[in-house]
Amino acid sequence: MIWPSPAIEATGLAVAYDDQLVINEIDVLIENGDITIILGGSGCGKSTLLKSFIGLIPHSKGKLQLLGKDMSKIDEDDQRDLSMKVGVMFQFGALLNSLTIAENVALPLEMHTNFNNDLIKDIVRARLDSVSLLETYNYRPDQLSGGMRKRAALARAMVLEPKILLCDEPVAGLDPTTAAEIDDLLLTINKESNTTLVIVTHDLLSIERINGNLLMLDDGHVLFQGSHDEALQSKDSKVYSFFHPGNTSDD
Amino acid sequence: MIEFRTKGNTIFLAGPLVLNNVYSVDQHIHKCMNEHSEKFWDFDLTGLTKLDTAGAVFLHSLNNFVPLTEKLRVDHLPAHLQSFFNSAIPPASNTTKQSQPSFIETLDAKLIKTYESTKQFVFLLSDLSYFAITCIGKKNTIRRDAFFDQSYIIGAQALPIIGMIVFLIGAVSAIQSAAQLRQFGADIFVADLLAIGITRELGPLMTAIMVAGRSGSAIAAEIATMKFSEELDALKTMALNPLQFVAVPKLWAMIVTVPLLTVLADIVGIAGGFFVGITALDISPDAFLQQIAGSLFLRDIVSGIIKSFFFAWIITVIAVFKGMQFSGGAVGVGRAITGSVVNSLVGIIVLDLIFNLLVY
Repeated sequence: MIWPSPAIEATGLAVAYDDQLVINEIDVLIENGDITIILGGSGCGKSTLLKSFIGLIPHSKGKLQLLGKDMSKIDEDDQRDLSMKVGVMFQFGALLNSLTIAENVALPLEMHTNFNNDLIKDIVRARLDSVSLLETYNYRPDQLSGGMRKRAALARAMVLEPKILLCDEPVAGLDPTTAAEIDDLLLTINKESNTTLVIVTHDLLSIERINGNLLMLDDGHVLFQGSHDEALQSKDSKVYSFFHPGNTSDD
Repeated sequence: MIEFRTKGNTIFLAGPLVLNNVYSVDQHIHKCMNEHSEKFWDFDLTGLTKLDTAGAVFLHSLNNFVPLTEKLRVDHLPAHLQSFFNSAIPPASNTTKQSQPSFIETLDAKLIKTYESTKQFVFLLSDLSYFAITCIGKKNTIRRDAFFDQSYIIGAQALPIIGMIVFLIGAVSAIQSAAQLRQFGADIFVADLLAIGITRELGPLMTAIMVAGRSGSAIAAEIATMKFSEELDALKTMALNPLQFVAVPKLWAMIVTVPLLTVLADIVGIAGGFFVGITALDISPDAFLQQIAGSLFLRDIVSGIIKSFFFAWIITVIAVFKGMQFSGGAVGVGRAITGSVVNSLVGIIVLDLIFNLLVY
């Protein structure tokens, strides 16, 4: 299937909480199959921007297109359609605590497909196996570690084979080994299914490992756009100090 | 140990000026000031070896002594402590007083907030009721497992506590009624009073109050926690309506179980009065039962059960609303629970009044 390009296109996008402007008229272009990393210091608007892409936080100004659909004009059916094409991995997993891990992963399939129970179970097993969590099939989310919860959330986000995967701080609070495993999983997903990845993070090791297009925010504005190598060479003092913590730029 | 001495009009401080000795240094300085208030005091701090935040802030505050401001001079801080001193002293506080909103402005803001909140409540009430009705007979619109789980929690698990409380209330009501009726030699009418009072009012009302405290609060806490942990957002991203997915099974569980609990409360409440009647009031069991049978009409029981449907509905809607309104952390969850219980109790009583006005 040919998907409309680009995956996400925002022009003059502004997002506000009450009267406080968090994202201030920025332009974003993310092509299909790309990996984009949204980075920046705490409170700069990274997660807000990510959530605005799927309409969880409505934008107050500007134009936002997701897979060719204008987000300010979509109806309930469009929203449903988009939800099946866009997977979201939340910062703390956001697994439903009243359900088992398998039920969590099966939920989108049960709600949006006509598959029979046996097929759904098989798909869930395959998905959990792909994130090395098959043994937690009948566990409750509160029985899992932070890293396992994030992998389970990844399995749920990917179960409908979305075209875009949005990840909010996928490695925050994880040990380096587990963080590397999550990064590898994300890279595999991008490579194998050409899924567009939009990742919010401020983890330098993760940024280097994933090596995607960088979109650096500062106080609601785009401070830098480019590759990881370009960011390392940047003369901008804020970009420099972000990538060289402890050192200060000559500029 | 800090060394404190005076020579002429100079106070010498030597050694570490830290949290542990700031108080004693302060006492010494005040003593000197009080004994020789006419003096112009100078400080020699060259002997200081160590400074922590408390020490630095204390030195800084020496300049602010009132009414000694004009008489103090703090300088000669060793070079190696100077940068720490500069970084540790607090920024000047913003003394500009923000203008307080007027009474009209405050009232206006509160009215707007109340209007918005009421509007949201009405929307949620209509949405939830609509989803609850339209899900009947449709595939994948209500989670049956969740409905049965909630029915067990709200209904079956509440049986012992509701049974016990209503039994005791029935017993107390019988004793109180008998105390009055005995004066007219009409003890036997305790049965009439009890049967009608329990089935029309006390049974449905006490059941609703206990369900609001036990299950309404749990619903508000669960939804608030789900909002906090982004579970509701996760549902939205899967194109699942949180109201349909989370609240509708709870609403149906409430609507099914609360009337059943009310029937139980009616039976157990009358049993409590019956027990007191035959043991403490010397009324024969046959006479008591005959009196109940003669005074109780189907209408009394049915009206109580119908009321309980509405009580179940209002408890759930308020609990869901308070849960959805959650903001903040643990305090916010507590606020949601309190708001749910208090508002549910008000809602129950108001509905009860309306129902009584319409029916009787």
